[in-house]
Amino acid sequence: MSRPQEDVMPSGRFSVARLLEERGVSRREFLAFCSAVTAAMALPATMVPKVAHALDKVQRPPLVWMEFQDCCGDTEALLRSANPTVGELVLDILSIDYHETIMAAAGHQAEATLEKTITDYKGKYLCIVEGSIPMKDGGVYGCVGGKSHLDRARQVCGSAAATIAVGTCAAFGGIAAAVPNPTGAVGVTRAVPGATVVNLPGCPCNADNLTAVVVHYLTFGKLPAMDGHGRPLFAYGKRIHDNCERRPHFDAGQYVEHWGDDAHRKGFCLYKMGCKGPATFHNCPTQRFNEKVSWPVASGHGCVGCSEPQFWDTSPLYRRLPNVPGFGIEQSADKIGLGFAAGVAGAFAIHGAMNALRKDKEPTDDHQQGED
Amino acid sequence: MARIVVDPITRIEGHLRIEAELENGKIKDAWSSSTMYRGIEKILKGRDPRDAWYWTQRFCGVCTTVHSIASIRAVENALKIKVPPNAELIRNIIIGIQNVQDHVIHFYHLHALDWVDITSALTADPVKTSALAASLSDWPNNSATHFKAVQEKLKAFVGTGRLGPFANAYWGHPAYKLPPEANLMATAHYLEALEWQKEVIKIHAILGSKNPHPQTFLVGGMSLPIDPDSQNALNADKLITIKRLLAKAQDFVEKVYIPDLLAIAGFYKEWAAIGGGVGNYMSFGEFPDPLTGSLWMPAGAIMNKDLSKLLAVDQQKIGEYVDHSWYDYSGGQGKGLHPWEGETEANYTGPKPPYQHLDVEKKYSWVKAPRYDEAPMEVGPLARILVAYAGGQKEARAAVDMVLAKLGVGPAALFSTLGRTAARGIDALLMARQTPVYLEQLIDNIAKGDYRIHNNEKWDPAEWPAEVSGYGWHEAPRGALGHWIKIKDQKIASYQAVVPSTWNASPRDARGQRGPYESALVGTPMAKPDQPLEILRTVHSFDPCLACAVHVSDTTGNELVRIKVS
Repeated sequence: MSRPQEDVMPSGRFSVARLLEERGVSRREFLAFCSAVTAAMALPATMVPKVAHALDKVQRPPLVWMEFQDCCGDTEALLRSANPTVGELVLDILSIDYHETIMAAAGHQAEATLEKTITDYKGKYLCIVEGSIPMKDGGVYGCVGGKSHLDRARQVCGSAAATIAVGTCAAFGGIAAAVPNPTGAVGVTRAVPGATVVNLPGCPCNADNLTAVVVHYLTFGKLPAMDGHGRPLFAYGKRIHDNCERRPHFDAGQYVEHWGDDAHRKGFCLYKMGCKGPATFHNCPTQRFNEKVSWPVASGHGCVGCSEPQFWDTSPLYRRLPNVPGFGIEQSADKIGLGFAAGVAGAFAIHGAMNALRKDKEPTDDHQQGED
Repeated sequence: MARIVVDPITRIEGHLRIEAELENGKIKDAWSSSTMYRGIEKILKGRDPRDAWYWTQRFCGVCTTVHSIASIRAVENALKIKVPPNAELIRNIIIGIQNVQDHVIHFYHLHALDWVDITSALTADPVKTSALAASLSDWPNNSATHFKAVQEKLKAFVGTGRLGPFANAYWGHPAYKLPPEANLMATAHYLEALEWQKEVIKIHAILGSKNPHPQTFLVGGMSLPIDPDSQNALNADKLITIKRLLAKAQDFVEKVYIPDLLAIAGFYKEWAAIGGGVGNYMSFGEFPDPLTGSLWMPAGAIMNKDLSKLLAVDQQKIGEYVDHSWYDYSGGQGKGLHPWEGETEANYTGPKPPYQHLDVEKKYSWVKAPRYDEAPMEVGPLARILVAYAGGQKEARAAVDMVLAKLGVGPAALFSTLGRTAARGIDALLMARQTPVYLEQLIDNIAKGDYRIHNNEKWDPAEWPAEVSGYGWHEAPRGALGHWIKIKDQKIASYQAVVPSTWNASPRDARGQRGPYESALVGTPMAKPDQPLEILRTVHSFDPCLACAVHVSDTTGNELVRIKVS
């Protein structure tokens, strides 16, 4: 997966630094942005100059944003990106050649633009996918321009330098794939075996993590290190529970018992209200949302586990997780996530949940990130 | 006769396809098709009704609060739960700012490029642009320096030769009428609105933990605790931030959005006679008073554009047809089923992809055809404003009269593409002014020592009757939204949503009556049929939201999907 940068970037005379200058973004603001994304990637501050240097030199690769069975939530998340001016510019710098929700052209003109980009920059463009891909019945449950989502995904993701699956639907099939999965919805890795994919699950994904992945790719010329579910470790390497601001209350046995009770007002632990933080790997507590204003636990609602595969079938919102250990930071996502999921599944709609879990174990013709 | 196909319709939420027949430069007939289906309501069956708000929220990430609201209201209606005043007020604030933010994004980022030619802005004189803007409002950014800076940015962008999302569009199309200065002004505000929307929606992050997809809704109230003496609850610091953001929202709507809307509309008055549509309008009403439950925006229906007669809405008169939708009814098609009795068996009979044309004589969409008392209804800001106007709601009357006077047109101009777009602005203005009222009420209530945010009485499903049903209504940014639920043995037995874009994007029904998009497109002139700008104008004026519009519930539990490929 590691490719030298020259291989994946089309030639051109464009540089990020020049573009930013033209758009009135000062060097200081640019470096502040580099610091922010470096921190988001959990890299040491000493990496800031490397990130800045890489972005300075980067040529302008095109990006296409494909929407399949989506709700547009990840696009909206992008619009709320925490590094507004520069963050958008970095994505803008990528030249967003196709994005149905924002592009001016429609119909044939829109499709012609997509064709041109994926032909002219075959193997060199970045692809972002939002939404799941319906596989059943020849793909009739999702069409654009008369072509099925499945055909479009194979064509576009298959020829991309890399595909970033944003949101739980694109990563794992998400809500449409919940039991009984009426349309045979799957994530990108299953729909397009062999594509180079990084998963950024979350409902929606945190736009700061998306920006960080793009910057990582531009800086190091490869995708970041991932866990067994294809999620970058810098954003999904630790449990919510391990970074939670309410963790001391968990350890002290101070729990919210009823919505709006004294403990709730004091910000005690939400474990008994069904919080899935102990079984969920995501950086919500540190990255937060909407320019770090808040995140669910800080606003009094438990984590629902939205970045975990099949959370739709394994995580009834208000059901307590069984057997949460007090400590266990060192456990891996793969072991701990599945263990909890199985426990919850036993307590909930068994046939459905087990069916969902079984999907993970079935031999498939694709290559799950980290399994191969 | 020429057949025009526009697929994808871009700058909307979801996947929409329009096919139209052209005769003598005008659209003679049109068909609206949704081409994506997920079946979320089918998936909901058997799950905890208290979770339904979280699932249905994922119908749509743009109008990201609306299905949560309708869902908790439906469950609360079924279980007869009265929420505390603070929870009702927090919901009202969330609804208000959702509408305002959504309307502004729609106007600038989804709709404006139908009227604004960005490339023309390159030739504008920034000094004249500033003079134009100053004649409209005293917005501080309307300086020649600012407009020049925007123009320079634009030039640098175009100079790269890579237009990104602005590539291959309809620039220079003869239907664009704005002078360069108006184009530059609108382009500058397009960029400003991008920054603005991120700021004001932080109200959702404060009250709902994040946006999109806020996460503090609960059946029975909200999960955001209130305590002025806690740093982990809604306190004075957070309330004052909301107050500041609401002021920022109102300021932008009054000084940028409305002046831009009026200025741009002034150049396109011919669109006050185009795109009328079905002429029937319906609103479910919104903003319940926390104590009395009475609605600030009234519910009602208007038939055949008759503003003198406002009819009460009876939910029993709603029925959904599938005669031209890819579903089967067990009792056969030809009649509409009420959402509580709604059944759905997906049965795709369209062409096998890849395809060129749909068979519009038969079934051609994943959207059902909801009808009210057998009639197709338009819903949305225009319907909401017309119902309020006909009902004599005083703020609505004043705002509508102001806009009509400034444009120099009568109320009949509202029944059009331009009227729809203007009504959305009026709607945003009304809500931008009303939402701070709810914040003040919330602050007063907290000052009295009322910190309640949740009614716990029926949180435990063991307290529920064995079998109940309910419905929840909400006026979403795109219009009348209803969720219908049946709960049996503490689980969801059936769930049905009839959403704004189901009404507006609906295909034909059993009697062959066109849906609102289809009807509105008939008669639209096309200057260059290969560049369907005029179709986009009318379709975008409805603000389509297609992921919302397609949904399925199945009460039989049978295998859902069969396929016959024709």
